[in-house]
This record gives sequence, structure tokens and C-alpha cells, in this order.
Amino acid sequence: MRFIALIIVFLCGGLLLYATADFPAWGDPNSPANSYLSPHFIEKSIEETGVPNLVTSVLADYRGFDTMFETAVVFCAGLACFLLLRNYDRKEENFYRHLPTGVIIQFKKGDKTLPVGKEFEHMDTEWVPYDLIIKTACRILIPFIQLYALYVVAHGDFSPGGGFQGGVIFGSSLILYAIAYNLRTLVQRIKEKMLGLFSAVGVLIYAGIGLICMILGGNFLDYGKLTQILPFDPGHIRAYGMLGVEIGVGITVMAVMVVIYVNIVSEGKHDEGL
Amino acid sequence: MHWQIDLIILTFTIFCALAAITVKDLLSTAILFGAYSFMMCLLWAVMGAVDVAFTEASVGAGVSTVFFVAAVFRTGRRTKD
Repeated sequence: MRFIALIIVFLCGGLLLYATADFPAWGDPNSPANSYLSPHFIEKSIEETGVPNLVTSVLADYRGFDTMFETAVVFCAGLACFLLLRNYDRKEENFYRHLPTGVIIQFKKGDKTLPVGKEFEHMDTEWVPYDLIIKTACRILIPFIQLYALYVVAHGDFSPGGGFQGGVIFGSSLILYAIAYNLRTLVQRIKEKMLGLFSAVGVLIYAGIGLICMILGGNFLDYGKLTQILPFDPGHIRAYGMLGVEIGVGITVMAVMVVIYVNIVSEGKHDEGL
Repeated sequence: MHWQIDLIILTFTIFCALAAITVKDLLSTAILFGAYSFMMCLLWAVMGAVDVAFTEASVGAGVSTVFFVAAVFRTGRRTKD
């Protein structure tokens, strides 16, 4: 059986390699992809959209409708992860550590009187002693990562980057926070409801900007019509519209990354993880 | 100069891809997959698609490796086949 599968794989691979011979050479200016649409984007996009980065002008303006549904797909991924994995069962037993003495208390399921206060600390079942170096390094590093993520979102129309990359970087800074401290610290800092709200708000911002353009008398996502309500230079109004859209994408992606990580690493229980 | 860089990166990419599907330890597979993504990122950057390279670096090499490690942490390290 494995042998037949190997033959099929080699046949398909050989066929695909054979078909690549018919492709135009890489960077060939006379190939069909480069002879109709690309010259228009390269020559006209700055005067039509006012955005120096061609990739952003294609993604957020010429193909804005596509990108909106890509964002919706990311939102659906987070929603599916939540629906499949989220588990509201309480843990069987909890461990608390008394910080001044180091005594560990075990609580069985029925106990309602859990110790509170700063002297007691909720422990993971597989407890690892805190590492001062990792905690301090992450504490210094995380604000800069987040600042860089905001820079990537804000400069999406000038340099490589945009909402998607910026959102992923911001989300990974929060994941780093959860890894360096523990999962409970992150879940307490950013509530699950907030994450759900953020992942929906991003898509709504994107669709909302499109709808505003429609209300002002243009097509869906026709940012040029925003001049009627925003006091900006008409030459750059499309760049501002794209910035708003990128912010929406960034918010959704950031929230969805954290939702997926938290649900996978804690098996949906949101109590302990890596 | 261009094709030598291409050749080195492509060799590493194929090496990482083959290693990722043959290694028995799933944690190693996750790390090798991250290395593969990083090589792909370099390849995109060499070809001039900097936006795609950026996405590959942040999503492929960054967050998806973390997701794989998290999934391995909650399941098992050994694979049967």
C-alpha cells in the first residue's frame, strides 16, 4: 500500500514538474501576468491611491473586498478554535502555595473556600520555579515588541508590513507574556470576553468603513468618498482609509492569535499552560 | 552572486522539509518546520517579495511554531509512523 502511494506521489510530482516547464521565465516582462494588469498597478497606483507601497495599495484598495473576507476567515478560525476546544469544567484539584513559608495546600473539588490574598499563589500542577532572568528580560522586551507591532501597522502604506503582520507581532508579544509568566497572568490581564469582542470589532471596523463609503454615495470600500466627512487632503484620503482598514485587520488578527494559543495550550480550560 | 544564494537557501529548505517529515520526535518536527519557514522567508526576500517574506517570518516561523509546540505539549511527543 505504501509502495502504491509512493508511486502516485512520484507520478503527481513528475507531472507538476513537467507542467512548470510551460511557465514563463521568472521576471519575464512579456508573460501574461506582467503584460495587462501589472503595468496599470505599477504606473497608476500612486496617482490613483496616493500610497507608495504597491502591495498595500493592491491588497487594501484594488482588492479590498478580498482582504475583508480574509479577515473574516481569520475571525472564523478563532471562532472554530473556541467552539471546538473551550471547556468550562472546573479542575479536579487546585494547589496553592503560601509564599512566605513555601507550604503547598491542596484543594479537592468540593472546596469553595479557596485562599485569597497576596500571600497565596495559585500553582500549576507541573510547577516550574520562577526564573528571574526570563521574567525580567521579557518585561523589558514586550513593550518594544508591541511598539514595533504598532509601527508595522501604521507604516503599512509606506514600507513592507500592514495589519496582518502587525497583528501577528502584537499577538505573539502577548503569547510571550503568557510563556514567561504563566497562562493565568495573561488571562487575568486580558479577559476572554475582551478577546472575543476585539476579534469581532476588527472585522466590523473594516466592513463599517466600507459601509460609510457606500452611505456617502460611492461603491463599497471606495475610500475617495471619505473626503466629505474627514478634513484631510483629498490626495491622501485613500491612504487614510487604508490605514483604518489595516487597524481593523490588526485588531482581529491580534485577538485571534491569542484565542487560538490560549485554547490549544490549556485544552480549552484557560487555567494552566506552557 | 544571486544564484549561489538561491542555491544555498533552496538546499537548506529541501533539507529542512525532508527532515521535518522523517523525524520521529514531534517537537523536533515543530522546530524544523520553523526553520523551513525561515528559509522560505529568506527565499521570498531574495526574490524581492518583501511583504510576503515579512508575513512568512511572523506567521510561519513565529506564531505557527508556537502553536505546534503548544499542540505537542498537550498531546504527545512520539509519532507512530
